[in-house]
Amino acid sequence: MIYLTRKGEFAASHYYHNPAFTPEENQRVFGKCANMNGHGHNYVLEVTVKGEIDERTGFVVDLKELKDIMNREVVDAMDHRHLNKEVPEFASAIPTTENIAIVAWKRLQPHMKVAKLHRVRVYENADLFADFYGEE
Amino acid sequence: MKVHLTRRYHFAASHRLHLADCSDAENQRIYGKCNNPHGHGHNYAVEVTVSGPVDIATGMVCNLADLDGFSNKEIVERFDHTNLSMLPDFEGEVPTTERLCVKIYDIYKRSFKHAHLEKVRIEETAKNSFEYTGRA
Repeated sequence: MIYLTRKGEFAASHYYHNPAFTPEENQRVFGKCANMNGHGHNYVLEVTVKGEIDERTGFVVDLKELKDIMNREVVDAMDHRHLNKEVPEFASAIPTTENIAIVAWKRLQPHMKVAKLHRVRVYENADLFADFYGEE
Repeated sequence: MKVHLTRRYHFAASHRLHLADCSDAENQRIYGKCNNPHGHGHNYAVEVTVSGPVDIATGMVCNLADLDGFSNKEIVERFDHTNLSMLPDFEGEVPTTERLCVKIYDIYKRSFKHAHLEKVRIEETAKNSFEYTGRA
């Protein structure tokens, strides 16, 4: 078994707002992130897959294929987008780093064939990241 | 759904690695440059990893305001611009980064109640890092 990690980057804006909360509650819980004009980050997506090395190719996964899936499902879908308004999953979920990791996992998972998805890590910045290993 | 969340904090501190009951030659042999009687310092980066289910209302494993508030008060302010060798925390002990890592883990474990503690990792330099998960 070997693990392989590939990175992708996207820049996006978002805000944190729960319509069930009062304005005061939104402010108290989400602080600066509650600004409804939004703000943005340079996100880094790290996708780790695991599997056996193919004897003939020496690959655990075809990197081009992995890159294409990551770009299509996550990077291009979120790059230079407003997450709340343009990524359907976040119409009903707060686009926190935690939830972005879960959404990325759910988008990538159905396309994994040979290698298994092991971990999705999303960096909001160099000092904050979330890891999702799938449902336990 | 369980997600791991990791946050990095930074502080600068000095220390000297020295065993009082050993000869100068022995200290020199064990600790090398780190035994310099005047001490030396590092920019430490502390990575704390917590885990838990993502709260549906907030999208969070734990509110970063709680994690930052605790970490700044209990870790950064406590150790930043100090000489670790002179702190009561390390009385009778050599303040290696291994010990600092365990000490910081114990501070979170004892008093941080907003999420489950998974791991503390400390970078002493870009080349050296230490991890403690509390497990044997």
